[in-house]
Amino acid sequence: MASPKSSYGLAAKSLAVLRKDILSEYRTRYAINAILLFGVTTLTVVSFAVGQIGLPADVYAALFWIIIFFSAMSGLAQVFVKEEESKTAIILKLTADPTPVYWGKLIFNFLLLTLLEVIITPLYFVMTDVVLHNAALFFTVLILGSIGLAGATTLIAAIISRASIKGALFAVLSFPILLPLLIGAIGGTKKALGPVEAPFAAASSELQLLVSYAVVMITASVLLFEFVWEE
Amino acid sequence: MWWKIVLFVVMSWVIIAAFVYPAPQQGIGEASRIFYFHVPQAWVAVLAFVVSMIASVRYLRKGDLLDDDRARVAAELGFLFCLLATVTGAFFAKVTWNSFWNWDPRETSIFVLLLIYGAYFALRSAIDGAEKRARLASVYAIFAFITMPFLVFVVPRVLPSLHPSDSVVDSSGKITMSSTTALVFFPSLAAFTILFIWVYWLGLKISVGQRRAAEEAVR
Amino acid sequence: MHQIDVQKLSKRFGARKALEEVSFSLHTGDSLAVVGRNGSGKTTLLRILAGLAAPSRGTVAYMDNGRTLDRAEVRHRLAYVGPELTLYDSLTAVENLRFFATMRGIAIDDGWIEAMLSMLQLAGRGDDFYGAYSSGMKQRLKYAVALLNDPVYLLLDEPTANLDDEGKKIIGEIIARQKQNGILIAATNETGEYGFAEKLIRLGS
Repeated sequence: MASPKSSYGLAAKSLAVLRKDILSEYRTRYAINAILLFGVTTLTVVSFAVGQIGLPADVYAALFWIIIFFSAMSGLAQVFVKEEESKTAIILKLTADPTPVYWGKLIFNFLLLTLLEVIITPLYFVMTDVVLHNAALFFTVLILGSIGLAGATTLIAAIISRASIKGALFAVLSFPILLPLLIGAIGGTKKALGPVEAPFAAASSELQLLVSYAVVMITASVLLFEFVWEE
Repeated sequence: MWWKIVLFVVMSWVIIAAFVYPAPQQGIGEASRIFYFHVPQAWVAVLAFVVSMIASVRYLRKGDLLDDDRARVAAELGFLFCLLATVTGAFFAKVTWNSFWNWDPRETSIFVLLLIYGAYFALRSAIDGAEKRARLASVYAIFAFITMPFLVFVVPRVLPSLHPSDSVVDSSGKITMSSTTALVFFPSLAAFTILFIWVYWLGLKISVGQRRAAEEAVR
Repeated sequence: MHQIDVQKLSKRFGARKALEEVSFSLHTGDSLAVVGRNGSGKTTLLRILAGLAAPSRGTVAYMDNGRTLDRAEVRHRLAYVGPELTLYDSLTAVENLRFFATMRGIAIDDGWIEAMLSMLQLAGRGDDFYGAYSSGMKQRLKYAVALLNDPVYLLLDEPTANLDDEGKKIIGEIIARQKQNGILIAATNETGEYGFAEKLIRLGS
């Protein structure tokens, strides 16, 4: 019969949640479709409006993160909302400890965001003719920013999945909390787009902000998650 | 009862003195008088958030709905004072730097606080069931509170600031106000704080009374 | 010796009273039938016992040799089957089983899975998607998931819903085994069904 308990630790359980979400998403494609479609649409609008005008690097940095932010808003809540709406949250709460559920879904959201960025980023550079001067800084900011973005929004997704009227609640709750991250990410991206000497040194405040934000928000989320998860 | 009279006297003093005494900041002129009102309002807005956050932590630890009442009432007041602080700040900005809004770090922080309060109430109204509402709102209040240090300490190093930070509190953190300014400012700070505590206490009494009445009705 | 102790459990939804001061106490080897018309609060009671809802008043305590268990410990020892419970439609039966086994921290091998599917008359259907199962098959697979952790506390809401006579027989055997080794609570409004139970409480007036 079944072996005794504790055959699996936190990592194995988190990966099981991640694997389950990836499999499920791959077969149904709800969140991927939403987030990619939104991203490409917004990008097209931006390119149409300002693509060929020679704007300062600042503006392109901001527009890039606007696209990422709103696409994230359209797709990152799925990971919990789908569980509640399809009623599978019940069996998950009965069988799983909260912490691996959080980690699995956090990583899932990060991967979803990465997929979005892999598609949007090259398109962005092509459609707006902006020049990338410091690729290393740009991608560092992008990765750190994405970790922070996923870290802050996954807990909020869990919160709103339990509300009765979800609507725009996800964006309303996320935006104030994400603002420091967006400021850091846009600032860092600005410096990566412009011709800046010693870019990593110049962007050190922004990088520190991004790293500390990601660490603090993920730690807080892990601690608070069980209150959202349990009845 | 006596402290209400004291509050009345102090607040009257503040309001009159703010307009009669010399303006606090020479370079900026008459408009700087708003400093006496704007700063205490911003202070109360943040104080209310702290109270709300502490009540939220207590709710998560003990599950007593009274703590949820505390969190909500504090948030309602905090929202009001935050709105006042944002508006007075915008007027001050217009007069001083000729634009209502500039996204300097302090402006950004107070605006974000306003959004947090708004989000808090939006969340509360979207949840049915008192315990569920209390728990999710508490988690959000705590989570949002954690972003404040970023806005207050870290973001100012990233964004340029307009606020005249060196005329009142210099770089080592000591207060360098003239004594006449201090005579109006500190009473104002105290008066606004006492006002907050008083209205908070009233709001809490009403709130608890309403909840108990609703529970009795069902029994 | 395991125990469930329920004291004056009440649940209110707004102005409506769903449960009023329900109390009982069970230990290892006990089985309880919860009986009542539709809407009498049976499902509400089971959901509260399973930890899926919080009571308005009263307490539920799970104990092992007198020591009260915390939420995580209860979760490891408890299983629940009910109509609103559902597994993942986009995963196959085997994928569902493996996933929930991992989440419960239990290692299962192909042999275990085969034996379980056979017992529940789902042999050969392991690689079909849960979403494609009939309602009777879904009900039976829910039992497979429930039995993963050899539960001490087994809570069943309408145990034989959607099942034909064959299915009912299988469940009857599962219930008989559970009665010996653990605590069983089953909510039902089918009159024929509570012969298995030694104790009975009736909800609603």
